[in-house]
Amino acid sequence: MAGVGFVWSTPFLWMIVAALRPEGYGPAELASLAPDFVPTLENFRLAWESADFLVNYANTLIVVCGILGVQLVTVTLAGYAFARLEFRFKEALFYLFLLQLMLVPPILIIPNLTTAVRLGIYDTLIGVMAPYMASAFGTFLMRQAFRAVPRDFEDAAVIDGCSFLALLRHVMLPLVRPTLVAFAIVSVVAHWNELLWPLMVVNSPKRQTLVVGLASFTQASEGAAEWGLIAAGTLLVTLPLILAFIAFQRQFVNSFMFSGLK
Amino acid sequence: METAQEVELVVTAEARPLGLARWRKTGARPYLLLAPSLFFLLLFTYLPIARVIRDSLYLQHLGDQAGRFVGLANYARLFADEKFRTALLNNLAYGAGTLLPTIVLAIAFAVLLQRSTRLNAVIRACLFFPTVVPLTAAAGLWIFIFLPNGGLIDYYLGPLGLRSINWLGNPDLALAALSILTVWKNAGYYMLFYLAGLQAIPGEALEAALLDGANGWQRFWHVTLPLLRPTTAFVVAIALVNVVTNVDHVIVMTHGGPNNATNLLLYYIFQTQTEFHDPGKATAATVVSLAALLAISFFGLRALERGIRHEG
Repeated sequence: MAGVGFVWSTPFLWMIVAALRPEGYGPAELASLAPDFVPTLENFRLAWESADFLVNYANTLIVVCGILGVQLVTVTLAGYAFARLEFRFKEALFYLFLLQLMLVPPILIIPNLTTAVRLGIYDTLIGVMAPYMASAFGTFLMRQAFRAVPRDFEDAAVIDGCSFLALLRHVMLPLVRPTLVAFAIVSVVAHWNELLWPLMVVNSPKRQTLVVGLASFTQASEGAAEWGLIAAGTLLVTLPLILAFIAFQRQFVNSFMFSGLK
Repeated sequence: METAQEVELVVTAEARPLGLARWRKTGARPYLLLAPSLFFLLLFTYLPIARVIRDSLYLQHLGDQAGRFVGLANYARLFADEKFRTALLNNLAYGAGTLLPTIVLAIAFAVLLQRSTRLNAVIRACLFFPTVVPLTAAAGLWIFIFLPNGGLIDYYLGPLGLRSINWLGNPDLALAALSILTVWKNAGYYMLFYLAGLQAIPGEALEAALLDGANGWQRFWHVTLPLLRPTTAFVVAIALVNVVTNVDHVIVMTHGGPNNATNLLLYYIFQTQTEFHDPGKATAATVVSLAALLAISFFGLRALERGIRHEG
């Protein structure tokens, strides 16, 4: 199995080796995984200069944080309602939410583009974020988490005269923190990585996200057969994910175990 | 003093169920809590579905927002489009070609790595990591892996006879190449669900089989695999949705080519709208995809419920 693990990692090993390999190696050595050279950061410098990665980074950060911020509010409130409150049409509304789990946003790019244009959020970062601000998956996760909280905790707080929002913030949310963290990781990774919708809804280069920038960078460098450059650019884009993954490996694995559907 | 305390206790005890019942039923609160989510779902899920169904029945021209009602003409044009039929068939082949290998590998990985040793944890991390990386980035790396004359496969597997194969340029191989990338990307992800599924299998079941003299393979085939059935149903549902919704690698690696060999449904929709500016066909194709997803979900929803219950 160690061999399989190694084979599975070769694309990333190649990425690191090729990114650090100096220019002037023939095509035969380019594929070698052996680090038989003095490493250089030249590829990174060229990659950094040939695309606007800094702006793309900022855009991606805004997008993932913006989506997550709004999602945390929407899924907490809705999740609580479905977990604890009794109301008319509860079941029907729940299935209505589940519809988003099935008919996922990527398939609705065409009508969503029309909506974005009509709302005047075409070619804005808000437009990139908008379709994801409600999350059936998050609502579903939060519902399960709230259900697992013993009723007594809540009852005690209510009898103490706790207001509804205080109850949610100071009693319920701390108790479902692991679920919130799991959802946050899956949400950030999913939207950090997304290509299709940001590619469609944004036109100006200065509003492109990191992955959109990487896609056009890759296509340009592929045409010029600049493989070291592609490796360096890809590493630049995935580095935060690699570092976060190494640092929080257990949380990543646990979160994705939850995730099923994004 | 004593009596006052007693009275207070009695009052609390009586007020408790009443207060809580009222708390949980306060009229508008549930709807207020659902309102923010419903607002966004309405704008970006429900209305778009209604709109795309409506638009698929109209023929739009530039500068003419409303269009002209044409019934099912867009669908007729869509199914007459060879490109669309190819995309549909490709998507079926892509689904069939990735589903089984990915799931077989995921089960094998989970079974072989289920013991939690330090080495196994490292290997599991290596197998899972591709899941976290953007498909766009993975596609960029795999362009080089598949490069004929000098790519990674050529360099290391050349001696085995896999030399100078133009994976992405050959219409007979391009979809297989994308499928290999897909298997690599998802096997570690689905492995996680199987690891959880394996943990839920009671030890007694395997011990009983052991006492009956079943060998390792028999125990796996007759005990483990049937008990993993809910996990498999769950994984199949996720995998099918991924087959319909992931096209980033097509965008980066092949643009649907060569000769439409890697055109998938969602890429066809994307291309029809952005390159050919044919909203009639793009919306009709979207409706077809929605129908496909609904069909998957119809089978998947039960699997999903079972899978989640299964995970605890």
